[in-house]
Amino acid sequence: MSSAAIAPLPSEHPVEPRVNYLNATYGVKSWLLTRDHKRIALLYLASITFFFFLGGLFALLIRLELLTPAGDLVQSQTYNKLFTMHGVIMVFFFLIPSIPAVLGNFLIPMMIGAKDLAFPRLNLLSWYIYMVGATFTLWAVVHGGVDTGWTFYTPYSTASSNTHVVATAVGIFITGFSSILTGLNFIVTIHTMRAPGLTWFRLPLFVWSHYATSLIFVLATPVIAVTLLMVAVERLFHFGIFDPRLGGDPILFQHLFWFYSHPAVYIMVLPAMGVVSELVTTFSRKNIFGYKFVAFASIGIAVLGFLVWGHHMFVSGQSVYAGMIFSLLSFLVAIPSAVKVFNWTATMYKGSISYRTPMLYAFGFIGLFTIGGLTGLFLATLGVDVHVHDTYFIVAHFHYIMVGGAIMGYLGGIHYWWPKISGKLYPEAWARFAALVVFLGFNLTFFPQFILGYLGMPRRYHAYPPEFQVLNVMSTAGASILGVGYLMPMVYLVWSMRYGKAAPANPWGSTGLEWDTPSPPPTENFPVTPVVTDEPYHYSPGEVEVVG
Amino acid sequence: MAQHVVPPKVYFAVFTALIVLTATTTAISFLNLGPWNTVVALGIAFVKATLVALFFMHVKYSPRLTQIVVAGGLFWLAILIAFTLSDFMTRGWLPISR
Amino acid sequence: MAEARGPAAGAAPAAHAGPRELQHHFDTMEQQRDASSLGMWVFLVTEILFFGGLFLAYTVYRSQYARAFAEASRHLDISLGTFNTAVLIVSSLTMALAVFSASTGRRRAVLVFLLATMALGGVFLGVKAVEYGHKFHDHLVPGLHFRFPGPYARQAEIFYSLYFAMTGLHAAHMVIGIGLLTALVLQARKGRYGPDYYTPVEVSGLYWHFVDIVWIFLFPLLYLIGRHLH
Repeated sequence: MSSAAIAPLPSEHPVEPRVNYLNATYGVKSWLLTRDHKRIALLYLASITFFFFLGGLFALLIRLELLTPAGDLVQSQTYNKLFTMHGVIMVFFFLIPSIPAVLGNFLIPMMIGAKDLAFPRLNLLSWYIYMVGATFTLWAVVHGGVDTGWTFYTPYSTASSNTHVVATAVGIFITGFSSILTGLNFIVTIHTMRAPGLTWFRLPLFVWSHYATSLIFVLATPVIAVTLLMVAVERLFHFGIFDPRLGGDPILFQHLFWFYSHPAVYIMVLPAMGVVSELVTTFSRKNIFGYKFVAFASIGIAVLGFLVWGHHMFVSGQSVYAGMIFSLLSFLVAIPSAVKVFNWTATMYKGSISYRTPMLYAFGFIGLFTIGGLTGLFLATLGVDVHVHDTYFIVAHFHYIMVGGAIMGYLGGIHYWWPKISGKLYPEAWARFAALVVFLGFNLTFFPQFILGYLGMPRRYHAYPPEFQVLNVMSTAGASILGVGYLMPMVYLVWSMRYGKAAPANPWGSTGLEWDTPSPPPTENFPVTPVVTDEPYHYSPGEVEVVG
Repeated sequence: MAQHVVPPKVYFAVFTALIVLTATTTAISFLNLGPWNTVVALGIAFVKATLVALFFMHVKYSPRLTQIVVAGGLFWLAILIAFTLSDFMTRGWLPISR
Repeated sequence: MAEARGPAAGAAPAAHAGPRELQHHFDTMEQQRDASSLGMWVFLVTEILFFGGLFLAYTVYRSQYARAFAEASRHLDISLGTFNTAVLIVSSLTMALAVFSASTGRRRAVLVFLLATMALGGVFLGVKAVEYGHKFHDHLVPGLHFRFPGPYARQAEIFYSLYFAMTGLHAAHMVIGIGLLTALVLQARKGRYGPDYYTPVEVSGLYWHFVDIVWIFLFPLLYLIGRHLH
């Protein structure tokens, strides 16, 4: 049975009660003790959504403070806590799990024709580990937070800060193992559980990008784990590994921290790129241009991403010689990312484009990620970085990638696979409107920050010279609009679960094994293991009815 | 994964080698070989680790994928150490303008 | 690269014919075995990087404070360290023999070798406890009235911070390993492991050998660097 290309019209689909993974068993225990990767994905969806809005709350407070030049809303130490908690929550408890733990968990077994991941119990364990780590961090938040910055630089974090560093570090340490287990699960699953006929080069690019991401999960996360463990141990037991008074070197901490945290940004963006590959092909009704280039570019980004971490440390006291090497390598890592952007564009060329909501998010990703990526090249340039390091230029750069890129990819994916996940169609008009609001809000928030940074406004300060106020007010206005844009999907997606139209198996007329199952799928995904004979994205030109 | 059964005599041979190497490394540590002390000690450790990996952990009899995974992990650790040391060891090399 | 496996289209679905150890989402025992083995190896790679962070810290400081580290290392008990190294090597032998016994159906031997491995692990931890006691007594625990004679006191405190961090982390892994072995022993008592199913013994063996390998590096780096100085 190979992938279908034509979706039946809705009238041919009688709406009859059918057993699927959502209703197969009932009760809280059946969810909390599930081994079904699809249910685990939804458990993660609930958790990360909560943390997204909590992190957003801190962002709101930051932007409120920055409406006026004076530090008049909160004290400086409080402000330090606000940006720290915003960063910690958004990076570790939202962005890093987001696409892999929700969409990856849900889709990877289905995309390869398997009944589940290789280790379903480890999958559930990874969610519980996430929740335990999250609890430690929430405890810290409630009891006054942390003020070290999400970067935990020593010796401030180990010797001086009087906030809940240990609890937060322990929380992130624990949650790191959730990532490690997810990555391990994906790697083993993709190697050993592909359906007959599904060779590596027939895999959807979503799977390739998650494989690359999983390599980073397993190779990088343990390093931050042991590093935060060292910070905690140093604070608790007064060990002296980073203590300058004993001859310890704070830059050693930075090496260890960024060895993970730079690849971490690729953990955040690679899955979104995988989503975009699926969206661009479906909504251009065309095969991807240069499949192997895109697949290998994912691996290339993952590998090269490990060799550039020193570009976060150009002004730290790191050797200038090492800085030059890191700078050169940072230029190189832009190449595979650019390859992907070119290939997506070439895919759309002479395609039959439809402007559904997921495609709008894909467009947003491609444009905003390009801006973010290009500004990254400015930062990789040693001379420029000396001037803009620790300014709002950096803040704008990484938000273009993380928000303009990764979150747009996430939302595009959520909308695209929503019919499969929920069995319902979301309201397209509202969704398009929300996507537009998000796009406009995002740019109003973060573009002024490029200018602010270039003009010299430093980051992590709650007060600034009055001449920067206009741009800051624009940024805060944008943030409010962006917030509204994010709330809208919360409302209409939840609405659709109850009142949305029933979704057919393949509302987008897309290729891919996941669309061969009903919406929502049965617990075992495929009653019979499929055999794959087609290349991926084998769209035939001509009219296909796209529902929704 | 090949269900290769390794005969116990291989294990005992490896065991003997490991014990001998341990005694050797301890004994040599009392001799002053200058910078070579470190090289010899680490070299012996690598040989011991390789014996354990190849024979006790069956890497010698494992599929290529397993061997790639092992090599990859070690290579990545080498990246961490080499690049970090490239900072510490070149700190004085290029003058920073005052 | 291994090709994907599974029944051809149209083969009988649902009800899983197969031994009771075959989990429902796998198609064959071989697939399950391959997955378990690859899973443990990927996990061990994460452990390489996990310990690796500490090895990096050690490498950086050793290269900067070679003399201080050598002086500090002399206060470790080389006899106990060597003894412990030998203990772990024997335990790796017994673990390998446990796997061999399982693969050849010697069910009683499996139990004996697993228990021997556990016992040796216990000996290792006991010796470490004795060593830690000595360090506590000699004021060589960082942060706890650390006292080190001579001009290298401050860097020696870094050495001992690393000593406790690295051997402590290693000991924690030993404890987990003994826990794994306990679980195996409980199953082995029921004769669960034989030539057609002994994957848990095999992958636990991989973990145990890895922990041994970590010690193989810790021993010379911590105990043997200052012996030739007088």
